[in-house]
Amino acid sequence: MTPRRIDRLVRMDWQALYKGETTHILVGTATCGRAAGSMAVLEAFRREIAGLEGKVQVSEVGCMGLCSYEPLAVIIKPGDFSVCYHHVTPQVVPQLVEGYIRGDDPCLELALGTLEGGGEEAVYIPELDLFKHQERVLLRNCGYNSPLEISHYIASGGYRGLSMALKLKPAQILNELEKSGLRGRGGAGFPTAAKWAACSQAKGKTRYVICNADEGDPGAFMDRVLLESDPHAILEGMAIAGYTTGARRGYIYIRDEYPLAIERLKIALNQATEKGLLGRKILDSGFSFTIEIVRGAGAFVSGEETAMIAAIEGRRSWPESRPPYPTEAGLWGRPTLVNNVKTLAYIPLIVQKGGGWFAGTGTGNSPGTALFALAGKLENTGLAEVPMGTSLRTLIYAIGGGIKKGRQFKAVQIGGPSGGCLPESMLDTPIDFDSLKEAGAIMGSGGVIVMDEDNCMVDTARFFIDFSRQESCGKCTQCRIGTFHLFSMLDDITKGKGALKSLEDLQRLSLDIKEGSLCGLGKAAPNPVLTTLRYFRNEYEAHVLEQRCPARVCRELTAYYILPEKCYRGCDHCVLACPAEAIFSDEKGVKVVDQEKCTKCGSCELVCPAEYNAVIRMSPVRLVPLNRRTKPGTPSKEP
Amino acid sequence: MSPRRNRRHLITILQDVQSREGYLSHDALLQAAKFLGMSSATAWGVATFYKQFRFTPPGRQSVRVCLGTACHLAGGQLVLDAVARELKIEVGGTTEDREFDLDRVACIGCCALAPVVTIGKDVYPGMTPVKVEEVLVALNPLSPP
Repeated sequence: MTPRRIDRLVRMDWQALYKGETTHILVGTATCGRAAGSMAVLEAFRREIAGLEGKVQVSEVGCMGLCSYEPLAVIIKPGDFSVCYHHVTPQVVPQLVEGYIRGDDPCLELALGTLEGGGEEAVYIPELDLFKHQERVLLRNCGYNSPLEISHYIASGGYRGLSMALKLKPAQILNELEKSGLRGRGGAGFPTAAKWAACSQAKGKTRYVICNADEGDPGAFMDRVLLESDPHAILEGMAIAGYTTGARRGYIYIRDEYPLAIERLKIALNQATEKGLLGRKILDSGFSFTIEIVRGAGAFVSGEETAMIAAIEGRRSWPESRPPYPTEAGLWGRPTLVNNVKTLAYIPLIVQKGGGWFAGTGTGNSPGTALFALAGKLENTGLAEVPMGTSLRTLIYAIGGGIKKGRQFKAVQIGGPSGGCLPESMLDTPIDFDSLKEAGAIMGSGGVIVMDEDNCMVDTARFFIDFSRQESCGKCTQCRIGTFHLFSMLDDITKGKGALKSLEDLQRLSLDIKEGSLCGLGKAAPNPVLTTLRYFRNEYEAHVLEQRCPARVCRELTAYYILPEKCYRGCDHCVLACPAEAIFSDEKGVKVVDQEKCTKCGSCELVCPAEYNAVIRMSPVRLVPLNRRTKPGTPSKEP
Repeated sequence: MSPRRNRRHLITILQDVQSREGYLSHDALLQAAKFLGMSSATAWGVATFYKQFRFTPPGRQSVRVCLGTACHLAGGQLVLDAVARELKIEVGGTTEDREFDLDRVACIGCCALAPVVTIGKDVYPGMTPVKVEEVLVALNPLSPP
């Protein structure tokens, strides 16, 4: 199958699909879409276009990254605007079909905007605040091309990079890569060209390429979206990597918690192999490259490159000390190139457009774009791709839409459990590898979690240490035992049991763990503790000196209290919702929470009707008036 | 030695066994070790390292409460407590009628929809302690219609 023949076949497909008279309905059915109910929307569209099958086609696409607007659907009408609808439900589908498919009413009140400019009433999506600060390079096909059709990928320029690469010498490709200045997007930011060069120069005939698709950071889902929405980009990047470094086999190590991504990768692999774009003698050249998918088994440490290699070899996922680096001796002792999903996804474009194109965006030391997963207390959660150097403030307020429900910003966590929590004063920090490191955080794989005044920083540090402690592989004493002790100290503090000395101990132990750990998991595990101690010390001090949790989150230090002046008295919502039967009525009919029985589950606060809003949380617990703590006549639990 | 019996297939074999039988029985591990020509201690060492593998039979429906960062900050712990309370089991346990088993999970990557609970392959977004009761009652085959 020659490149020219593929091109021609694909162009015919593409013409038929998009330049013809067919109206297209694209429904986003990646994981977030499905969780929001997009499969039911898909079914509804299929039902509603009964009878119009020749003229209307419904396709499943990936994710645009606008998770908080899902389910999303796009109607592409020949000769008219393409409109993107958000929060689509099966109930509005008949209206959309009647309105825009059968008729000429684009139902703009249900729309996010149009994909083309020039509309008078409609919003041009790229001009939305949400979009105009973004530079969607990796996301360019997501939510538009179907990941289930290789022809879409090829028609939008896919596999052109591989085709060009095969006509170049590996040294030329390495040169472009070096010009690009691309740094690994897995989190460490190691210069990709240097890694590829090291692998190329290593001794040994057999080499391997591994795509790190383990994405273990809680709060990170960028790689998942790319794999579910544009899988071919990664396959093409791996093939080019193989050609450049002399590898003939590639492995994608993907966490098992991503079943849809695994399924779509398999489909993409089959389609690419069928068309001669992977496998033996690719595009009629002498280069052969096959890719195998290896599923993870639930260990966060498997994301570390040497631990990942152990997992692929069928062993316990224990990291090894380096040197030797995997590029010298990795999988089965052979030179191995390990790169993150996003790093590989840039490769086809760098080959096509040149290293200079890539280096033209971003900053001097951190060129290119950065793909982030925005989560937490924001209006707009989902994916955002911005040029490196964009400020955190722009990311959080312009793109993220600011803190939802009108609450106050408190902190932003970048880099997952290995990263740091930064306060408001650091919001003008530009997002690039070096600036973030200076601030005490790390770029990480791209997870950004925003916290507000209702989140406790001590509880957050405890949460991250708990995670690292459970995921510690156990090899290094400092990490294995150190994270355990960090956790118990933090746990004590959240229960009001610490002292000021505990804060010094936390600091010292954190630095020891960083020094004494072999791999990135241990070395970075104390980062959330160190940054919260650095920027939020006042919260720690409130916990240990006053038994007060400023965010009123830590259960031992918080009491649920019903304000007598706000309690309606006539309803029973809180009493019925309380699983511990801890709410009783006083002599005036006002509800009271029995502090001895209360389990701090939060149900009463949730169910109290909005017009009364009578339930509040108090900290420290001694603020609860003495005469409203427990039912009169109840034997006290005090000794 | 036949390439099928390469030791590197251990984890894949165990994953396939678990997806068919729901868990790894003692017998299954012994057989896998024998097939690959490794000691059962080595096989056991690998199997117990990875969180995915369970060694007791699961419930008919697996309930997983996500406690990743975004879900935790959105109140995931309260949701987990509600599920444990509703099902009357502890985290890691199975109900007496073997209908449900419960565990927490680190992060399934749907952070925009936090707090998230998965039951089987279905993802339930924006869960609260109150919604937990509704969902579990609807899924329990023994609930009155």
